[in-house]
Amino acid sequence: MKRMIPMWIAIVAGFAMLFSAFFPVTESLGEIFGDMFNVVAAIAFILGAGSLAKINLAKVSRRDPGWGYAAVTLACFALTLAAGLGKIGAAPNPKFAALAWSGDERAEGALFGWIYESALVPITSTMFALLAFYVASAAFRAFRAKNIDAILLLSTAFIVLLGRTFAGVVLTGWFPDWASGLRLENFSVYIMQVFNTAGNRAIIIGIALGVAATSLRILLGVDRSWMGTGGSK
Amino acid sequence: MKLSKAWIVVLLVVIALISLRAMTGQGMGRVYVKAAPQTVEISADAATGTEAKTIRWMEWHAVPPKDYTAAQAADPAQTSIQMSWARTIGLWMAAFFTLAIFSFMYRDNPGYRVAEAVIIGVSAAYWMVIGFWDTIVPKLLGGLTPAFVREHILPTQIDQSFTQNIAMWCALALGIMLLMRLSSKGAWISLWPLAFIIGVTAGLKIVSHVESDLLAQSVATFKPLAAVQRDASGAFDLMPTIWKSLANILVVVGVLCCLVYFFFSVEHKGLVGRGARVGIWYLMITFGAAFGFTVMGRVALLAARMEFLFDDWLWLIDPAGKRAVDVAAMIVGI
Repeated sequence: MKRMIPMWIAIVAGFAMLFSAFFPVTESLGEIFGDMFNVVAAIAFILGAGSLAKINLAKVSRRDPGWGYAAVTLACFALTLAAGLGKIGAAPNPKFAALAWSGDERAEGALFGWIYESALVPITSTMFALLAFYVASAAFRAFRAKNIDAILLLSTAFIVLLGRTFAGVVLTGWFPDWASGLRLENFSVYIMQVFNTAGNRAIIIGIALGVAATSLRILLGVDRSWMGTGGSK
Repeated sequence: MKLSKAWIVVLLVVIALISLRAMTGQGMGRVYVKAAPQTVEISADAATGTEAKTIRWMEWHAVPPKDYTAAQAADPAQTSIQMSWARTIGLWMAAFFTLAIFSFMYRDNPGYRVAEAVIIGVSAAYWMVIGFWDTIVPKLLGGLTPAFVREHILPTQIDQSFTQNIAMWCALALGIMLLMRLSSKGAWISLWPLAFIIGVTAGLKIVSHVESDLLAQSVATFKPLAAVQRDASGAFDLMPTIWKSLANILVVVGVLCCLVYFFFSVEHKGLVGRGARVGIWYLMITFGAAFGFTVMGRVALLAARMEFLFDDWLWLIDPAGKRAVDVAAMIVGI
C-alpha cells in the first residue's frame, strides 16, 4: 500500500499532463496540475531550508570541527530570510502604495536586494570565474594529441578560442579574400554552424528519446526506482 | 583552521596596499546616491472605505562619483547627492568575497570558508524567498485567502474557481506531506508529493522534449542537399551554392553518423562501424567547441570580476568615465 498509492499518484498526474497537451477538454486540468506542481516545488524550498538548518544547528550544538562556519551559514540564512520575507527597506509599489507589502523585495534599496548584490552575485560569479583557471589547468594536464579524436577536439577548441578573440584576427587577417573562409573568425563560425550544430543536434535528439522513454516507463509503472530501494520491477 | 604566519603577512600587506590606495588621489570604493522623493495621492473611495491621503517616501538611486563631485562644486552644502554607507559597505563586502574566492587558487583558507558558508546560507534563503513571493503568495495564499492577499499584497488578485480552490488545498496538503520528510516517523508519507512531482515532470517532459527537441531538431535537419543560391539580380551564384550545399550535406551526414554512434543495439562493425567512427569525429569537434566556449565564458566572467575590483572598488581604471579625475591625472597627483 505504501508503494501502490504513490505509483498511482505519479501515473494519474503524469497522464493528466500528457492528455492536456493532446485534448483541449483536459487543458484546464493540466494547468491546475501545473499550478499545484509549482506550489509543491516552492514548498520543497522550505524542506531544503529546514534540512540546512537541522544539519547546521546540530553542528553548532555539538561544537563539531568548523562549527563557526555553520554558525555563519545559519546567521546569513536567517538574515536573508528575514530581509526577503519582511521586504525590509523595500519601497512601496507606486501603483499600490497604500498596501504594506506591495514593494519589490529585490528592488534597489531593499535589504534583500543589497544582500543579493553584495554577497550572492560576487560569490557566484567569482566561483564561475575561478573555473577558468581550473578548466585551463585540467586541459593542460589531461589533453594530449595522441590520436585523431584528440587532435580534432584540441584543434577545434583552439580555433573557437582564437576565432572569438582579437588574436584570431591578427593571426589570419592577412588571408586573401578568396580564402576568407579560412580566417579564424570565419572558420570558427563555420565550425559552430555546421559541425557543432550536427553534433549538438544528435545529442539533443538522443536526450529527447531518452527522456521520453524514461518518462513513459514511469507513467506505465514499469520504473519505480524513484521510490527508493526495492522499487524497481 | 588557524591562520598561519604566511597568511597574516599576506593580509597585512594587502591591508597596507589598500590603505595606501585609499589615501591617494580621489580615494576608492565609495558609492554615491541621489535622492528621488516619491509622492502618491490616494483618492477617497466610499465603496472600500478608503480615505484620501498622500503617501511620501524617499528612494535613493546610485549615481557615478563625478555627479557628486559636480554637485559639491556647484553647492558644497547640497545633500541631494551623498555617499551611501550601506552601499559602500556592500561594495567592500563584494570585494572581500571576490578576493576570498580567488584565494582558493592558492589553497583552502578561512576567508574562502567564510565566503562558502555565506553563499550556502544566502542562496538557500534567496530561493526560498523567491518561491514564497513568486509562487506561494499569488498561487497558494491567493487561492486560499484571496481577500487577505488583495488587501495587503496584490490588489489585482482575482478569486479562483472552486476547482482551483480545491487544487490549492490539495497542493497545501501535499506540501505539508513533503515537509514530513524532516521527521523520522512520518518520512514515508513524503513519497506521495514526490510521486506527484515525478508524475507531473514525466508528463511535461515527454511532450516538451518530443515537441521541441526530437521533432524540431529532426525537421531542422531535413535541408535541401543542393541549396541553390542566387545573387541580387536573381542569377545563379556558383560559389555560395557550393558552400551552402556542402554545409547542408555535412550537417545531415553528421547528425546521421552521430545517431548511428548512439545506437548500441547493432554492433559497430562494417558500414555501421564506419558511420559511428565519423560520428565520433563530429562529437569530438562538438566537445572541442563546447570546451572553447566554456573557457571563453569563464574568462569573460573573470574579466568582469577584475573590472569590478579595479574599476568599482579600487578606482584604478575608469572605462565608463564614472569619475571626475581619470587614472593618469590621479597618478600625477601622487
